[in-house]
Amino acid sequence: MKVAWLLAGGLLALALVSVSTGATSLWNGSVDRDLLLVVSRVPRTCAAMLAGAGLALAGVVVQQTVQNRLVEPGLTGTPEAAMLGLLAVTLLAPGAALAAKMSFAAAGALVGTIGFFALSRYVPRKDPMLLPLVGLIYAGILQASLVWAAWTTDLMQYISIWASGEFSGVLQGRYELLWIVAFLAVALYVAADRITILGLGEDYAKSLGLNYRRTVYLGLTIVAIMVAVVVVTVGAMPFVGLVVPNIVSRWRGDILRQNLPIIAALGAAFVLASDVVGRLVRWPYEIPAATIFAVLGAALFLWLLNAPRARPHG
Amino acid sequence: MARQRLTLLTGLLATFVTIYLLWNLRGPTGFILSLRAERLAALILVGAASGTATIIFQTIANNRLLTPGIVGFDSLFVFLQTMLVLSLGGLGYTALPDTPKFVAETACLVGAAMLLFGLLFRKGAEDVIRMILTGVILGVLLRGLAGFAQRLLDPSEFAIVQQAQFASFNVINDDQLTIAAIAVALALLASLWIAPSLDVAALGRTKARTLGLAHDQLVLSALAIISVLIAVSTALVGPITFLGLLSAGLAHLVLRDHRHMVLIPAAAVIGAAILVAGQAVFERLLGLQSALGVIVEFVGGLLFLLLVLRRPAR
Repeated sequence: MKVAWLLAGGLLALALVSVSTGATSLWNGSVDRDLLLVVSRVPRTCAAMLAGAGLALAGVVVQQTVQNRLVEPGLTGTPEAAMLGLLAVTLLAPGAALAAKMSFAAAGALVGTIGFFALSRYVPRKDPMLLPLVGLIYAGILQASLVWAAWTTDLMQYISIWASGEFSGVLQGRYELLWIVAFLAVALYVAADRITILGLGEDYAKSLGLNYRRTVYLGLTIVAIMVAVVVVTVGAMPFVGLVVPNIVSRWRGDILRQNLPIIAALGAAFVLASDVVGRLVRWPYEIPAATIFAVLGAALFLWLLNAPRARPHG
Repeated sequence: MARQRLTLLTGLLATFVTIYLLWNLRGPTGFILSLRAERLAALILVGAASGTATIIFQTIANNRLLTPGIVGFDSLFVFLQTMLVLSLGGLGYTALPDTPKFVAETACLVGAAMLLFGLLFRKGAEDVIRMILTGVILGVLLRGLAGFAQRLLDPSEFAIVQQAQFASFNVINDDQLTIAAIAVALALLASLWIAPSLDVAALGRTKARTLGLAHDQLVLSALAIISVLIAVSTALVGPITFLGLLSAGLAHLVLRDHRHMVLIPAAAVIGAAILVAGQAVFERLLGLQSALGVIVEFVGGLLFLLLVLRRPAR
């Protein structure tokens, strides 16, 4: 319980820092402070936390489903698939409402994620490092199709907007879709035990009486929607779903019902922190949170790959 | 046998070159020919460079799945170039004369690559997949760092670096063509010089050392050659990951020979032939702009997945 309080306190402190950081000071009186808070700072802080929590949770679900700790949707093609869906709706119905775009992105992400899941069943399990490699190449192939489609239709700029997650465009009225993440997180919490069992593998899960297929599709659908929401509202952010669950799992083992809130909180804290750092490094200009996190996350991943495990698993 | 096939491949390349040069030739013949010849030279240089680099790289890594691009060689080049622009300023960078600048960049790459990948190979020789994955993530990290550094550049400086970011066969830096040609020729000669040692190194580090080969030294000189080749191809057209995989794989397939004396020229010729034929088809037949790089990535990615999934279990 202590950990929970500590995390909650840390997150709150970070949120306060985030709310009071930006190009304009809150206290010099030349701007309407309440307006600034309501329209920009608070939405931005919420958006960063929601995106971070969603991506971290999506990461842990995929890791349990394919039984491999070194993968996450952001590195196995889900955002690229979501962007393909977005591109399709942009081409077919340029004036479509946000909800329609969102559903196309989610559908694309779902197809891409299921594709990766299907691929993962053919990859030999002996070597745990093989699957992430296959995932990266799979993502590369999707990326190539995306670039080709965008290039021939002159939509490259759209892609560059979706491809790098940043929060500078977040304003009141433009991020509310992200609250879907909060609902999905609750749904995930309800299904936590099933997803823990999923991590034992198909045979075990079935003999424990779990409807394996349905649970996998439920989990992957939640992942697809979470990633699609993040891509549509702020852009893709790789590594969050990889680094956070690994840290939590090293630290506290694999009981998802206990871990899910911690994973969500830590993901939120990491993304929010990178956004704050991105705002401060080159003040008053901004560096996208995804850029900051890519550097941080890749370094952490290299450490995860090569550091000896502190204690044997299980 | 192998030599005959090599001659055949060269003949094939010559045919493609003729088709590319003479297709639909009319009007001011001399002018058009000089334009086409320039681009042709760049295509051949890039194809030959990435084919040769990949064959050598696969031998010293003792793995047929790797290309220098996959482990982030070209990201390293982009990163170094960004750092150069960042430290010298855009004006200082462009004011440098071409030849010393290219030499200096290549020297930087050689040094950095020897440090990074030399360490990686010595430490990770027995665990190949971990090494690849570490390399891939290293590539992501370097790209992230380059992206971060590019955010710190002002737009005019950014435009200088941007050229190296995306693979494009239409915008070719032709002012560097002469230096590039000299560099590739020297690197090819050097690689043929060490070809017999590479044959021994292909047996694996332990066996090669038992047979009296200074393996670590050979790895370092091979890395130097690869760095020069990658520097040339990245400087001319930007990063391309999978071209080398295609040409090296085809070279092994066509020749069915293990002698690098014929493998290296074959890979170089095939790499050049793929690019020339591809460019001819895309530019003339389909009227598509800029798609070649993407298609090469797409097909190469599929090939990679196929190779991984069909890999015999150890």
